[in-house]
Amino acid sequence: MNGPHDLGGAHGLGPVAPEKDEPYFHADWEKRALGVTLSCGAFGAWTIDESRHARENLPPATYLSASYYEIWTRALETLLKRHGFVTQAELDGGHMLEKGAAPKRVLKAEMVAGVLAKGGPCDRPVEAVPRFAVGDRVKTKNFNPETHTRLPRYARAKRGRVEAVQGSFVFPDDNAHGRGENPQWLYTVVFDGPEIWGEGADPTLSVSIDAWESYLEHV
Amino acid sequence: MSEHHHDHHDHDHHHDNHFTDMEARVKALETVLTEKGLIDPAAIDAIVETYETKIGPRNGARVVAKAWVDPDFAEWLKRDATEAIASLSYTGRQGEHMRAVFNTPDTHNLVVCTLCSCYPWSVLGLPPVWYKAPPYRSRAVIDPRGVLSEFGLALPETTRIRVWDSTAELRYLVIPERPAGTDGFSEEELAELVTRDSMIGTGIALSAEALR
Repeated sequence: MNGPHDLGGAHGLGPVAPEKDEPYFHADWEKRALGVTLSCGAFGAWTIDESRHARENLPPATYLSASYYEIWTRALETLLKRHGFVTQAELDGGHMLEKGAAPKRVLKAEMVAGVLAKGGPCDRPVEAVPRFAVGDRVKTKNFNPETHTRLPRYARAKRGRVEAVQGSFVFPDDNAHGRGENPQWLYTVVFDGPEIWGEGADPTLSVSIDAWESYLEHV
Repeated sequence: MSEHHHDHHDHDHHHDNHFTDMEARVKALETVLTEKGLIDPAAIDAIVETYETKIGPRNGARVVAKAWVDPDFAEWLKRDATEAIASLSYTGRQGEHMRAVFNTPDTHNLVVCTLCSCYPWSVLGLPPVWYKAPPYRSRAVIDPRGVLSEFGLALPETTRIRVWDSTAELRYLVIPERPAGTDGFSEEELAELVTRDSMIGTGIALSAEALR
């Protein structure tokens, strides 16, 4: 979707303003937001792709003015309601009113180290051979789905070169919407700065994305 | 904000509002989920403690220092960064599929996630606020030199800049160049020269003098 999250190349958003000796957290609620988000991810009720799509579906004004932990928290509320774990009335009142859906797993303290160390690999085998090889000239597709995609707007309909065949991975555009993992080959595709930004582009710049096979066509 | 006085009893006006809202919102969420037995507050403590004390940029610094002193390890990183990094027992969440990208005298690498906040947690820990915020995410791909200048880094005009937009599940670790004058340094000393920002690409490694 062409949402507020797709920020590459946008102007007017201000200076980066790195904070010297930045703490890991700026408030205690951020710690809890991190822990609650990861704990709920462990339910196994939704995928990382569905959660990203919930974040990018926040109203643009909210998304652009929120800190990332706020974005996470708001999207988590959406996911918990969508999957029947909590109701809005419960969130408003701050207490349980009904039992709600049962998760596949509840993350207990003693499971944390193992779960974090294992992570959630997204590579999956596919039978097809890769359509593209290192060095191939390719063009990214031009599309504007209202659904989830990981092809940023700035990199659509652009000519680049396949730099690496990275293996086969879960296809987020489908997986975010419960249409299955449908893994595809993934490629690192590099573009010259002027191909993306045109006139006035930094001639020393090149930008790469990691692109699923269906994002690409031969030139 | 000048029209307001800032006494401590004055809890609920403007810039504090947002903060208090989030505090209440997260508290409600945690309470409801705990009452339902869906989350374990001790697990949340354990997650926070992990990222405050165990998983952070010192992990990545050890990877970089080892790559500087051990050419075989550096080759392994280029070939299979996930495995090479796992040999130092840095694995797991948001580091499942690692790629190491090496700075050279003529190419500087910079990592961003324009679409969200993808970041190699297993080696760098939690991302800083600026990495997840709109200014960096919007500008890194179009004006990297402007961004780098805000970090106090000015690269030669001829240096090629390669920006890696983390659009998939690959997580990128920049291997900065080893600073000059560090020939006799131990791996531990070298690791102290490796800053978090040098592994994102918004900085370079500290100079040898930093240890003196």
